[in-house]
Amino acid sequence: MTKILTPTSEHNVAAHDGLWMSPVDAERVTGWTLKPEGMCRADLCVPLPASALAPNEVDLEAFWKKLGGPVVASEARDVWALGAPAEERNVALEGLDAPDFTLPDLDGVPRSLSQLRGRKVFLATWASW
Amino acid sequence: MWQALYEELKDKGFMVVAVAQESRGAEHARPWIEQAKSSYWQLIDVEHRLEDLYNLVNVPQAIWIDEQGRIARPPETAGSTDHFRRMDLATRTMTPQDQAERLAARQAYLDAVRAWVATGAHALPGDEARAALPKVTPEIAEARARFRLGLWLRANGRAAEGDLQLAEASRLHPESWSLWRQAADLDEVGKASGPEFWERVQALGDRPYYPPAKL
Repeated sequence: MTKILTPTSEHNVAAHDGLWMSPVDAERVTGWTLKPEGMCRADLCVPLPASALAPNEVDLEAFWKKLGGPVVASEARDVWALGAPAEERNVALEGLDAPDFTLPDLDGVPRSLSQLRGRKVFLATWASW
Repeated sequence: MWQALYEELKDKGFMVVAVAQESRGAEHARPWIEQAKSSYWQLIDVEHRLEDLYNLVNVPQAIWIDEQGRIARPPETAGSTDHFRRMDLATRTMTPQDQAERLAARQAYLDAVRAWVATGAHALPGDEARAALPKVTPEIAEARARFRLGLWLRANGRAAEGDLQLAEASRLHPESWSLWRQAADLDEVGKASGPEFWERVQALGDRPYYPPAKL
């Protein structure tokens, strides 16, 4: 099994030779669906080169790089991380809608920024270090 | 840290969300949070997800978000100043003048938050807010992915391998104090503010450690 980390989730996938996997697994990891036009999410499709396709398989690494996202792996290539593409982050921030997130409090209760709509929010970081 | 401000403004449609960038986890942050006796949200962000989403580089940074969920002020230093750079390292004290200036700067920042809550002052027009956003580069995006991978490897018994990823993340995103200091802290508690930290601060020269908010 290959472990794949995305910014918000973690998956175990039967992949080989890097990140070649079934379209079903590719969708589970990324939320993008393989269609004749390419990898699609909502009404956006990203065409894939023939070299990233095989019968009932897709090269997720090639797709993610085409999207402009970073793909990094452990030395043994058993654990991978797909990062958010820089442009995706920039577009989201430039839209000025505060990106939503869900994080736990000390008791593990999940809290989402979007629950606070209607109030002014002072969102601040800190650390013990 | 923000409890007095929150108490003062909570009935005026104001909320504080404090997010600990804390890869050692909730229990490591607990003593600080309990000591703060805060009633606003105190959240734990082991993966530094907030820094990824908002392109942050240090703590404390703050983002002001209005009632519609729009960014009213992009990430900036939340009231801290560079006076600490001049402190006497043997006694860990600042001169009375530096202490006073530091306090005054923090007070001015808190006053700006108060004014924003009362009248909407200091909220930036969209184009100004947009122009003030730091850009995410492909190097920063890769640094985030390597940081995530490094934390996972460390958490799964592969510390040496994980540390290499964390170091590479810092190399790719040298402006991020958080990536470097978190990795240093994971290596050993205290290292994030040890001699290596001070060397890095010195190497800044005339550049700020905490760029002041442009209020």
